[in-house]
Amino acid sequence: MRELVCIVCPRGCHMRADDDLNVTGNFCPRGEAYARAELTHPTRVVTSTVRLAGGLYRRCPVKTSAPVPKELIPELMELLGTVEASAPVAVGDVIVRDVLHTGADLVCTRQVPRA
Amino acid sequence: MYDLIVVGGGPAGLAAALAAWDNGLRSILVVERDRELGGILNQCIHNGFGLTYFKEELTGPEYAHRFVELLRGTGIEIRTDTMVLDVTPDLMVHMTGPASGYRVEAARSVILAMGCRERARGAIGTPGSRPAGVLTAGAAQRYVNVEGYMPGKRVVILGSGDIGLIMARRMSLEGAKVLACVEVMPYSGGLTRNIVQCLEDFGIPLYLSHTVTDIRGRDRVEQVVVSRVDQNRRPIPGTEMVFDCDTLLLSVGLIPENELTKNAGIELDPRTKGAVVYENMETSLPGVFTCGNVTHVHDLVDFVTQESQRAGAAAAEYVRSGEPAGESVSLRNGDAVSYTVPQRVRPGSIDKSVNVFFRVNRICGRSEIVVTAGDRRLAAFKRDRLAPGEMEHITLPGKLLQGITGEITVSVKEALE
Repeated sequence: MRELVCIVCPRGCHMRADDDLNVTGNFCPRGEAYARAELTHPTRVVTSTVRLAGGLYRRCPVKTSAPVPKELIPELMELLGTVEASAPVAVGDVIVRDVLHTGADLVCTRQVPRA
Repeated sequence: MYDLIVVGGGPAGLAAALAAWDNGLRSILVVERDRELGGILNQCIHNGFGLTYFKEELTGPEYAHRFVELLRGTGIEIRTDTMVLDVTPDLMVHMTGPASGYRVEAARSVILAMGCRERARGAIGTPGSRPAGVLTAGAAQRYVNVEGYMPGKRVVILGSGDIGLIMARRMSLEGAKVLACVEVMPYSGGLTRNIVQCLEDFGIPLYLSHTVTDIRGRDRVEQVVVSRVDQNRRPIPGTEMVFDCDTLLLSVGLIPENELTKNAGIELDPRTKGAVVYENMETSLPGVFTCGNVTHVHDLVDFVTQESQRAGAAAAEYVRSGEPAGESVSLRNGDAVSYTVPQRVRPGSIDKSVNVFFRVNRICGRSEIVVTAGDRRLAAFKRDRLAPGEMEHITLPGKLLQGITGEITVSVKEALE
């Protein structure tokens, strides 16, 4: 039996899962899916920034378009340190396609005009 | 003369302006002091926004972008890089900015949506020297996410509010070592999910009932001393832990930014530090409404949006038909309740129902939220758990409040296990 807190939404359900991955305490089906994933192969959407050339601000915020395996996060952060976008950027622009072969893209989350 | 001037172009101001437009107002001005719309959402690059309102998970800038896009399709006038200096009781709005200079604009209605600011070191009186490296979590967030500077390498965080927790994760991802998150209360001030995904994911210890009792260092922070506190939040001698660090981030609460409100002579509520509002978000000054974090500090932007839409619709209604008639009833804190918004309702002008937002002042397990008028029990709502860090709300049907005069009390009764 494992206890875990759901991070899918701000409600933060306190859940329990047994060894056969039967989940209780979840308010909605997303909690059950999260608990199963968390106990078998945890993933996270990663939000961070990359360098931005010629923009009104120096950083361009980005996110992975889908959750990526948690163990890849350090490698992903290292990769982000080498990436540079150039202004202007728009919400949804793909900055890196299929990042680390996860199937997820790295996409821009803020419109930034040229300086 | 504008039908409506909105002070502040963050999530509250944008949602309010759009709702006023959708409800028929055609001469609306939004005044924003920053260079761009969106407010503090622009530096909140993490996700988790919009789950209630948009039914999807967005980052802060994406959430703001949705509203900026909606605004583009309207005739709402925007003035960025412009600071409102004064709102007078006869609704003259004084503002200044490099593009337009000093201007005074008249309005039929005003929505105050200035948001809030962070409490800083002075507000909590932490002893110690005054080296560089002590900053609020929100300031650090701007440095890291927008300006591209790392404020430090070894970090202690005081306060477990959501911004502090989010910054614990953010600094860790960017390569800093976050040594501890220290909270004076016996419970966290942030959402449970943030404790999990921001602290536990990164192995950062959370010290509840602890506080910072000394900051050491001459030019730069070198050490921070943390002590356990007793029930009265007084440090216990002999419990000191010393952390070698170069940075102390403060996440010790937010204060609604109400200088304009105060100057306009609008009645403030010492509990929320925002204006006293009626069910339609109108303040004590007719025609002036307020919404979002300047009214009371929210946990979730989705609720800011909904509250602001009510304010926008109400401003449109005010411009069309004037002040709602009818006597008002005050809402009073009962047991375990620290404030309510609205503080007053006019039963005669409630359409279908009224949403009452409140916080509890301690953690409550399985409970009943009870609404009473004198000896009469009007309504009760069950909850499994209530915490001060999580805003609660109940919906009271208008029918229930008809004929009530004087006061209504909202209280929380914890079930005995």
